Order: sequence, then structure tokens, then C-alpha cells
Amino acid sequence: MSLPATTWQTVGPFFSIGFSWLYRDKLAGPGASGERIEISGRILDGDSKPVPDGIVEIWQANSQGKYAHPDDPQEKMAESGFTGYGRVPTDDGGRFRFMTIKPGRVPGPDGKLQAPHLAVSVFTRGLLRRLITRIYFPDEPGNAEDFALGLVEAGRRGTLIAKKIEGRPGALEWNVVLQGPGETVFFDV
Amino acid sequence: MNRIPGYRRYMPGTQPPHLHPPYVSSIKRAPLQPLVVLPHTLSEITGPVFGPEIADAKACDLTRQHSGEPLGERIIVSGQVLDENSRPVPHTLVEIWQANAAGRYLHGIDQHNAPLDPNFTGSGHAVTDSDGRYRFVTIRPGEYPWGNHHNAWRPAHIHFSLFGPAFATRLVTQMYFQGDPLIPFDPIFNCTDDEKARNRLISQFDWETTIPSQALGYRFDIVLSGRESTPMETHAHGEKS
Repeated sequence: MSLPATTWQTVGPFFSIGFSWLYRDKLAGPGASGERIEISGRILDGDSKPVPDGIVEIWQANSQGKYAHPDDPQEKMAESGFTGYGRVPTDDGGRFRFMTIKPGRVPGPDGKLQAPHLAVSVFTRGLLRRLITRIYFPDEPGNAEDFALGLVEAGRRGTLIAKKIEGRPGALEWNVVLQGPGETVFFDV
Repeated sequence: MNRIPGYRRYMPGTQPPHLHPPYVSSIKRAPLQPLVVLPHTLSEITGPVFGPEIADAKACDLTRQHSGEPLGERIIVSGQVLDENSRPVPHTLVEIWQANAAGRYLHGIDQHNAPLDPNFTGSGHAVTDSDGRYRFVTIRPGEYPWGNHHNAWRPAHIHFSLFGPAFATRLVTQMYFQGDPLIPFDPIFNCTDDEKARNRLISQFDWETTIPSQALGYRFDIVLSGRESTPMETHAHGEKS
């Protein structure tokens, strides 16, 4: 028998009451391997105003391209110090920031490896359901043949690719534009 | 590598649009470009895994998180988390948050001049059991005014957040109460076209979970996206689709 999935509703403005116990802005424990990175940015609305009541969740593989999940069939090891889940709220300026490691490449449905990426959920007051997007990395040769990037029109792919912050090795900037010029690409998952 | 079975996509009409102008906050925040349909990859069919140790007994009893008891009507909110294939979703994290009995949230930006309750935070979480069941003890939240339009009031509700087995199965929703006179006027409740889908957000009063002399029971079952059928799954449960 098939049941219809429950309907989404907005997180509203008071989600921190339910979510703050699980805020995680540092994903990598001391034992996690890989390149340490920091990703920061802002959520902006259709008037380019910062969104102070938003939250970003990320999900990613470890540096070897292995998800800490039983359905990942790859014969690679998960790392005890790395679950791959992060949750950070925005501040009054709409800013968020998390520290993690650069994920390895994971398989795509076409048999090719996907480019390194993080899966992202964005929730804010005013969003009736989450927005789903991805963060990719600059200067990454795999981007050119990535499965998901290939679904996006060329002119909008840049919204999914973080930018290096000059003078700060490992620091990347990636913004979420909810609406209007430069609107971030969101996926129907 | 073989094709990885993904999760089902939502049935048309059963989910809210991003832009729903009667909910004024959606007007400047809803994306205007069409979403890009992404077939599920390993990144979408995996997701965070939380062990049972993440939720202690206090976390699912919102009436025992402080030295005294909160004011208001004590209630039991329980239910089963299932997937679209009618299978229980075991060992998954359920988070809730809500206003107190007076309709006030313990949050710095809540402007409502109703009193806070020093014995009520309004935050809980639990991990479903092996049969997908969860149970919270809490108090019935109050209705409260908000600034969406003239004389706007939110019906009593409890926010729910669930993970399910994958990134693709994440769900955040709100649970309402049977017979609440504010429900027909609420732009958030009414953002979804399908009337049956909306009404599934209304919990049902439940004698079975009501505790004599203690608390009324409300039942709220939740359905997460289910796997697209695969021969192995059909086989294991002996079901015909």
C-alpha cells in the first residue's frame, strides 16, 4: 500500500528553540583526514537584504569520498571523527560559517565520479519548504564533467561554486541568493 | 556500480509551492527560477545517521526539563513514522519546538506580550523505536498573534523536524489540533493545494494514548518519502505493489 508523504511547513522564525541543541559548525574531529576548509557566506533575499532567521544544513562525504551511511556501497572506510553533517544558523547579518574538510569524489549515476561537493538544505522563515542546493569547489577539473552541474544552464553554474578568499588559504565564500539577479540554483530532489 | 534506487518524488499538489503570497514572508524569499530536477545520486540517498544515545529521556518530556512543572494542559503527542511504502522508519531523529501554553516562544524575537513560563523551554527530540514510533510529553501550545495581516493569529501548532534515512527524506512540518477554529484562516496551514494533504497535518485526539487523570493523547503519524520499488524490497516483505 502506498501512503502520501506528509506536507512540508515552514520552519518559521523560532526554529532555534528546536534546532540549536544540534548546531554543528565544526564537522571534522582531530582524527579526520583531508584538507581543512572554512566555508562562509550570507543568505540574501529578493531585495538583497540579509536573512537573519535562516539555517543551513550540509551533508558531505569524507576526504576519501565515503559517506558515513550504511547505503554507501563503496569499499572505503568511514572515519570515526567525521559524520559529514553540519547545521549552522545565520547571524543578524545573514552570515553563516562552517569548518570542515574538502570531500572526496563520490560516484555518480552515469558511472563517472562526481566532482567534490556538499549537499545543502536551506531553511528560513518565509520558505514553505527547504531549498536544496550544492556547494562545489573552484579550480576543480571534475566540475566540467560533473553530473549535477551538467543539468544546470551554463550561465547559472557559478552560483554553485564557492570562491577562494584571497590571502586566507582554505577559506571559501559561498552565498545563497534566494531570489532575483544571481539567484542560486536550487534542485528538485 | 549498479544504478542506485532513489526516493520517490512528491505527488503533485501535496506539497506547498515556494511562493504563496498570502504568507507574506514568502514573497521576497521564494526563488523565481524553476528548480533543476536532480536524479538521486549517492549524495541524496545517504544522510546523517544519529544513534539512540543522542536523545535522553528528558529530551522527550518537555514537562520535566526544569525544577517545576510548566503551566498549561499536559498532553501526550505520539505517532508512527512511516515511509510511502507503509514501512516504519526506525531509529530516526524527530525534533519538536513550540510556544508555551500562553502562546509565547522562548525566543528573543518573539514580541507577543504573553508571559514566558520559567518551567517551559518548548524544545524536544526523540529517536523512533524499531517500529518507527515516537512519543513526547508536553503541554498544549497556545495560539498567538502574528504580523502577517490585520488580526492574524496562528492556530495552535507544534513544529516537527525529521531526517529519515537519507538527505532526500528530510521533512520539516507543523502539527495542528482537531477543531481549532483558526485553522481555516491560517495562510501557512493553507499553503498546500490538496485538502487531504493539509488535513493530514491535524493530529487526532486519541483515547488509546490518553492517560487517566494525567494527560490527553494526540496521535500524529508522519510519512516520509519512500524508496522507489526494487525487486529486493518487494521480495523481502512479500508485498504486491
